[in-house]
Amino acid sequence: MILFVALILFIAQTGFSEPLPAPAVSDVPNDNGHALDISWESIESDSIGDVSAYEIWRSESFEGPFELRGTVPAGVFEYRDRGDKERSSNNYFPKGKPYIYFIKAIGETGSFDTPPSEPVSATEQWYHAGKTPVLIGTIIFSALALYFVQIARRGKKLYIRPLSGIAAVDEAIGRATEMGKPILYLLGSGTASGIATIASYAILGRVARKTAEYRTKLMVPCKDPVVMTVAQETVKAAYSEAGQPDAYEEDSVFYLTSMQFAFVAAVSGIMVRERPATNFYMGSFYAESLFLAETGADAGSIQISGTEQVAQIPFFVVATDYTLIGEELFAASAYLGRDPLLLGTLKAQDYAKAILMFILIAGTITMTIGWSWFADLFRVNLQ
Amino acid sequence: MVVVCGSFQGKSPVKRHVPLALVFITGFLLVIQYFVPNDASDFLYSYSLDWVIVIGIFATALGLWSLVKVTTSKIKRRQRGWGYSVVTLVGLVVMLVAGPIWGIEDGTLFMNLFWYIYTPIQATMFSLLAFFIASAAYRAFRVRSLVAGVLLVSALVIMLRLIPLGPISQVNQVFASWILSVPNMAAKRAIAMGVGLGAIATALKVVTGIERSYMGRD
Repeated sequence: MILFVALILFIAQTGFSEPLPAPAVSDVPNDNGHALDISWESIESDSIGDVSAYEIWRSESFEGPFELRGTVPAGVFEYRDRGDKERSSNNYFPKGKPYIYFIKAIGETGSFDTPPSEPVSATEQWYHAGKTPVLIGTIIFSALALYFVQIARRGKKLYIRPLSGIAAVDEAIGRATEMGKPILYLLGSGTASGIATIASYAILGRVARKTAEYRTKLMVPCKDPVVMTVAQETVKAAYSEAGQPDAYEEDSVFYLTSMQFAFVAAVSGIMVRERPATNFYMGSFYAESLFLAETGADAGSIQISGTEQVAQIPFFVVATDYTLIGEELFAASAYLGRDPLLLGTLKAQDYAKAILMFILIAGTITMTIGWSWFADLFRVNLQ
Repeated sequence: MVVVCGSFQGKSPVKRHVPLALVFITGFLLVIQYFVPNDASDFLYSYSLDWVIVIGIFATALGLWSLVKVTTSKIKRRQRGWGYSVVTLVGLVVMLVAGPIWGIEDGTLFMNLFWYIYTPIQATMFSLLAFFIASAAYRAFRVRSLVAGVLLVSALVIMLRLIPLGPISQVNQVFASWILSVPNMAAKRAIAMGVGLGAIATALKVVTGIERSYMGRD
């Protein structure tokens, strides 16, 4: 009887025809356990007028005190309460600790509070379920690569389509030797741990080995001191491998500057003064690509470029003699080394591309006829 | 990690295998880290990045040493263009001294040199790009084959979409949008997919030790 009277009084006071539900609170999936998701239904009441915003309040117990965690405008009915993992932070959000939430609707003439939610705690996950398609794809590709590596190891010959840019490398080094002019090798603007720079080290190793054999001068100006350090070791090791450790000059790999256009100016100066017979541009390049390639073309050098930066590929195609487009940069080392194990991974790449083409065609067909489940299989949720 | 690998160049089995083991363990851990969202995983990732910063600081000193060595060598040998090396060295010394002595706040010598010498020079260099684009465009748009002709027509359509051409503008706009969103986008995505596969393949080759040419071995 008392509860019934209280409910009648509540309805009369707030103008709601039925009691509002408490906000729904749930753990944020695929995270490190320092956040909760809160959602609620639209709150409309004659007693407070039009709602302009919702406040999200939190407490460790039903008795309070409650703390304001955030405000969202009217029309938004969800909020992600995210805190820091560091205990020292003012916004520390401990995992495993239950929290209670209520929503305060701010209206023109007053405000209204929903009942508090049940206590919910944030938990951390050990696996990001949203990245499952990436994991499956990586496993399939790795399995393909290891399979072809095994085939190559057994001695089976693998056909790899020829690339004109790779075929030109030997010719370009030979030209420099005949002309008695140096070879300029640029590793791009990427960091030492960038995958394009790592691919470029591998190509540099092959090129340096040839220049050591032919006793051709090699110049490797660097934009990043870490890249320089690795490149020095790569070139030094290549000279040792070629049986010419004494021919290695430490100053052949040198640092210029980390500033983009200052680097461009310095390298352009080297091109104009030294007139290298061959220029290699291998790695991540940005706005400097056209500067360097055009200056090299003016200096009369044979130029071979390769980058994974899609926006720079047209500039290299136009201004250099040979361009390794995208993935060809990553394949170049295998082509130059002709190691069967490396060629095995190239074959795996070709098969992976064939699988991707099949998936794209199947996706186009299924989406056209209205089956979205096929595309959903490949959807990656990074939230 | 690569720096560590690059520095082991001996012939002994320890020196040969330790870098490979380091690359394998670090690479494998960071692959797992990508799929694990918890605090331990975050810590591993940020700790690895801290190592990169620490290595970068030491390498910067090596880089400066390399710059000084190469430029002084050029000056000593009176190599062609040695005057530029003098300017480089003077600039390096002035900036290195001005920063610690007078600070790097606005109005100090360091910032004045940066804003009134370095920035205009950099802007000038960047502006030169317009001329390089013009010369590259001239080379690209020479009609030597059917493909080059298609390229020229496509480029004209794309460039003219920004210019008011009266009644033709609307038609040109539709055609330009189609070129950008269909053939151009298809090519870009195909290249991006190839790059993705190539990047995974390279990472796999390095982590498993198949690719070792950066360490001086085939």
